[in-house]
Amino acid sequence: MNYTNQRTAYGNALVELGKQNENIVALEADLGKSTMSYMFQQQFPDRYFEMSIAEQNMASTAAGLSLTGKIPFIHSFAVFATGRTYDQIRQTISIGRLNVNICGSSAGLSDFGDGSTHQSVEDIALMRAIPNMTVFCPADANEVSKIVKTMAAIDGPCYIRINRNDYPNITAEDTPFETGKPLILKEGSDIAVFTMGIMGTKALEAAKALEGKISLKIINISTLKPLNAQAVIEAAKNCKAVITAEEHSIIGGLGSAIAQALAKECKPIEFIGINDTFGCSAHNYDELLEYYGLTAQAITDAAQKLYK
Amino acid sequence: MKREELIKELEAKAKILRRDIVEIVGVGLPGHIGGSCSAADIVAALYFHKMHIDPKDPKKPDRDRFLLSKGHAAIVQYAALAELGFFDRSELKKCKQLGAMLQGHPDYRKTPGVEANTGSLGQGLSIGLGMALGLRLNNIPRKVYVIIGDGEMAEGQIWEAAMAAANFKTDNLVAILDNNELQATGPIKERFNTYPIKPKWESFGWHTIEINGHDMGQIIDALDAADETKGQPTIIIAHTIKGKGISFAENVPEYHNGALTPETYQKALAELS
Repeated sequence: MNYTNQRTAYGNALVELGKQNENIVALEADLGKSTMSYMFQQQFPDRYFEMSIAEQNMASTAAGLSLTGKIPFIHSFAVFATGRTYDQIRQTISIGRLNVNICGSSAGLSDFGDGSTHQSVEDIALMRAIPNMTVFCPADANEVSKIVKTMAAIDGPCYIRINRNDYPNITAEDTPFETGKPLILKEGSDIAVFTMGIMGTKALEAAKALEGKISLKIINISTLKPLNAQAVIEAAKNCKAVITAEEHSIIGGLGSAIAQALAKECKPIEFIGINDTFGCSAHNYDELLEYYGLTAQAITDAAQKLYK
Repeated sequence: MKREELIKELEAKAKILRRDIVEIVGVGLPGHIGGSCSAADIVAALYFHKMHIDPKDPKKPDRDRFLLSKGHAAIVQYAALAELGFFDRSELKKCKQLGAMLQGHPDYRKTPGVEANTGSLGQGLSIGLGMALGLRLNNIPRKVYVIIGDGEMAEGQIWEAAMAAANFKTDNLVAILDNNELQATGPIKERFNTYPIKPKWESFGWHTIEINGHDMGQIIDALDAADETKGQPTIIIAHTIKGKGISFAENVPEYHNGALTPETYQKALAELS
């Protein structure tokens, strides 16, 4: 399989955007070589601000830049980009509905070695809860540049969640992207599986394993907010049951959003995600995903349980 | 205009602002009288003299910017904006009513002339830094004035912004410290001592100017001196009196967010007539 990296895709996308629009500026909190914002720095040193290890100041400074007509992108690990800066994002950026774009990099468990302090299990929940905020989690590297372009064009704050590690592309370069539109990765008739980020890959594996037994319909959700509830209902319409799969806490993320959207439909539902706990260190990413039950097997098991 | 005339005119404007503060707060409901009155002379000097702004074109790119990091003193800014015609004076009486243009803290989307949502303390200086960087990128030779409170100097982000502004050499950023020495619960020196103030800012790389924040001549001179400062940001440490201009409210912590009775309301207005 062709493995690609969302961070590299992000850095490239920001540079491309910077070439098209001179108002794009980038702010970094000393993690530019991880978030790949340093690629923007190399191209546009005058439009890049190293704010150092002071995320709160970075977020409010971005608000000020936005208020002079700039379109800032701020960067840190997802856990700091959303948690350390929560109040700044809420008070000035979101109440003011400013076009400030937040890149939460090394998100979820993808910073596997650094452990719980650096792994974001609640970033989507935090950002979803803020009025005016648009929340994205790309399915793969191919979706990243489309989302980055979209963020700059949205007249309000946006959050993008970026995975640290190489992972397969499950969409094509020319797959159209539309804010709020669920993307059907695979048609199916028995169980609708809604996925976020890398869990799309796991769901496709599960669908293959269940071929001939249970037909899974795989639907990727890249726009966590605003969630197109009608489209979610439509996508699940012909299926008897629903599974959600996310590399995030089951509280406040994809599972919560889908359950809310489908509440009136009363379908059996299983939630695959991080079960209200923090992360921990591991030597590799897959080992950690397995430890938290974020696997194709978990989706297969859930499907069999629901299909009985 | 001669200097003496200018000072007289600005002092008269400051009196109008203080009267409006009292009228906005009215009777029976709490309002941030103390910290609004302590900043009134500085606000008057900025809005009616120093800043290049146009009430008819509040968003024109070529303008100076004003931020009230101590956003709870919003009513002094509202009084200035109304006096300049950014909106009708009738809005002042409706402040904080349901659906009002004038919110409890400055609201960028609701109030013409307000430059950003502030009020979660410690954040305004960072917002000002971003504006200063943006103006510099846009080659607009205008300034950003940020009024900060001495209570909010306890917020860590103030010092993040202080370091960053010196690092970026934003000489188009001017902070004005409303040093009224009182926070919500009492004297700063007793509650949480942030002194000495001037050496802190100097060591962070700022040009510091210390003045009496109720002496209009000193305020004007300090703002002019900030224009001459190159390669570093300026902070004007303005010694002020909380509740200034209303005798019974001066230096009284209860008027941080206090209510007026029919009697004290009339007394305050009489003192400011």
